[in-house]
Amino acid sequence: MATVEIRGVKKAYGTTAVIHGVDVSIRDGEFVVLVGPSGCGKSTLLRMIAGLENITGGAILINERVVNDVPPKERDIAMVFQNYALYPHMTVGANMGFSLKLRSAPKSEIDSRVQRAAGILGLSHLLDRYPRQLSGGQRQRVAMGRAIVRDPQVFLFDEPLSNLDAKLRVQMRTEIKELHQRLKTTTVYVTHDQIEAMTMADKIVVMHDGVVEQIGAPLDLYDRPANQFVAGFIGSPAMNFIKGAVGSDGHAFACDGGASLPLEGMVGARPGQRAVYGLRPEHIRIVEGGAPAQVVVVEPTGSEILAVARLGGEGGQEISCLFRERLSLAPGEIIHIAPQKGMSHLFDEASGARLVD
Amino acid sequence: MADVTAGSAGRRSWWAGIGQGRHVLGLLFLLPAAVFLVLFLTYPLGLGVWLGFTDTRIGREGVFVGLENYELLWIDSVFWLAVFNTLLYTVGASILKFALGLWLALLLNQHLPFKSFFRAVVLLPWVVPTVLSAIAFWWIFDAQFSIISWALIKLGLIDHNINFLGDTTNARLSVIAANVWRGIPFVAISLLAGLQTIPASLHEAATLDGATGWQRFRYITLPMLSPIIAVVMTFSVLFTFTDFQLIYVLTRGGPLNATHLMATLSFQRAIPGGQLGEGAAIAVAMIPFLLSAILFSYFGLQRRKWQQGGGD
Repeated sequence: MATVEIRGVKKAYGTTAVIHGVDVSIRDGEFVVLVGPSGCGKSTLLRMIAGLENITGGAILINERVVNDVPPKERDIAMVFQNYALYPHMTVGANMGFSLKLRSAPKSEIDSRVQRAAGILGLSHLLDRYPRQLSGGQRQRVAMGRAIVRDPQVFLFDEPLSNLDAKLRVQMRTEIKELHQRLKTTTVYVTHDQIEAMTMADKIVVMHDGVVEQIGAPLDLYDRPANQFVAGFIGSPAMNFIKGAVGSDGHAFACDGGASLPLEGMVGARPGQRAVYGLRPEHIRIVEGGAPAQVVVVEPTGSEILAVARLGGEGGQEISCLFRERLSLAPGEIIHIAPQKGMSHLFDEASGARLVD
Repeated sequence: MADVTAGSAGRRSWWAGIGQGRHVLGLLFLLPAAVFLVLFLTYPLGLGVWLGFTDTRIGREGVFVGLENYELLWIDSVFWLAVFNTLLYTVGASILKFALGLWLALLLNQHLPFKSFFRAVVLLPWVVPTVLSAIAFWWIFDAQFSIISWALIKLGLIDHNINFLGDTTNARLSVIAANVWRGIPFVAISLLAGLQTIPASLHEAATLDGATGWQRFRYITLPMLSPIIAVVMTFSVLFTFTDFQLIYVLTRGGPLNATHLMATLSFQRAIPGGQLGEGAAIAVAMIPFLLSAILFSYFGLQRRKWQQGGGD
């Protein structure tokens, strides 16, 4: 049980800076997900918390104690690696009990703690197997078992599900969440998959090019992305970005290539200003008198229909629309669309910062 | 397949027949390799074993004498001295090569500046032809001009030249040192290759599990490296046991046969001594030792359970 405080942390390899001052504060028992595209510095940040990478600037505090110069083994943290990093020459039981063995814990204690962790994860019948004899999901569970046997202050997960197939990933996602609810250990979880972040996190830290773009609860990030990057990264299918300018009356947005979309509650946007209008595919409705759009491609998936359309007709900007209703749409058809009330976003064209409230 | 054969049966030539029979064709492809093996491996080995049962001399056909050569060797103190020397040489040099080679491999596996340069330098003793390096060692160990004696005298540590190759104990140590120098690169580079197959994340996981540097070596590096150690050391033992060039250039088995190995004794008796039968018998006497080394490595150090693949 511990808090983790990241204060102005920087990382550079030689002269190449990869993390430019990151501040994150993690409460005791919180499940925090660091998410971002590859190369954004999220794994490096995690490895700095673990002590596997030096900290170039700033400080990391675990339980209010600066750990910059504390060696990894004294930080009392456990990490689950992307490739699981199971010791191939040890049985599942020995893998899970290794840290206790190094601490010279009595054999009876090692056995009982390994048994308990194995019971939680459903590994009791596999304790005598070697990692090679296990499936991907089982290996993943052993890696988690190795972490929970130690009862550490903080769990670190480094993209633990990316080597699993899609179905197993969904299942393990639930298992990790359940485990966290049961153990209530502070957890930092790194992933590039925004769905994992959305479904598991108490708090999401979105990173991009070594800086934090936004920190917040999953739905906050979805509803009120702080900038165009977060808006595009969170949510699937991704948000539509429509280029254009704020209308002269300030209540409409004139899209490049035709069509006009309604603007509401805008703050800090001048009439006539160039901007990017953000609209999630699932927030588009077909309404009488809406902006005209010509359907280009229709992809029905059963539960919903994904349609790509050109705003304002031929030559307009392409947008994706997601409809829950079974509409019979055909390519070439003209539909009239409008954003769901309160669900549109506006970003500055140059900086990408959010403009509407 | 059957239909095709039936359909084209009328036009089938003898050549097509060979093509159809997979076994015939397979044997045909095997033939060049088989001829090569029989001519250059099986025949000389068989001839050697046969000569060991005869009293052949150079220039004179021998007759079958049964185990007479072996009976003579059994009571030959020089032969037994050579056996002892060979075992001492092999065990001593192999242990040193393993320890120093592993140490060197661990060093080279660190993040060093000029890493590839050092790796290339380490390989040098291995690339230099044995005879050339043996001649260099001959000078290094020379009774009058030895650079080691010279350096130690200049440093004031000793007051007269060391008799490297003239004293029985010194000679044994000297040839072992030369062999170790030559053999380390093979061990070091092979083990380095093995070290590099150990994923860094295992060391990181062990570090987070609380392992010290020594514990990581003891519980992660060494067990993960053991399959490669087994292969490398088997080869190293075989090379050392059958070593010939180094001894022949440095000491020719002297002084007082103190550095005679089975291989050099076999050569000396067979070629300069002319007793082909006896020489062959000594060479054949090496086979049990070599076989037991191979069997030890095969059964004792073969693939561990954890290396074997899936299969629930």
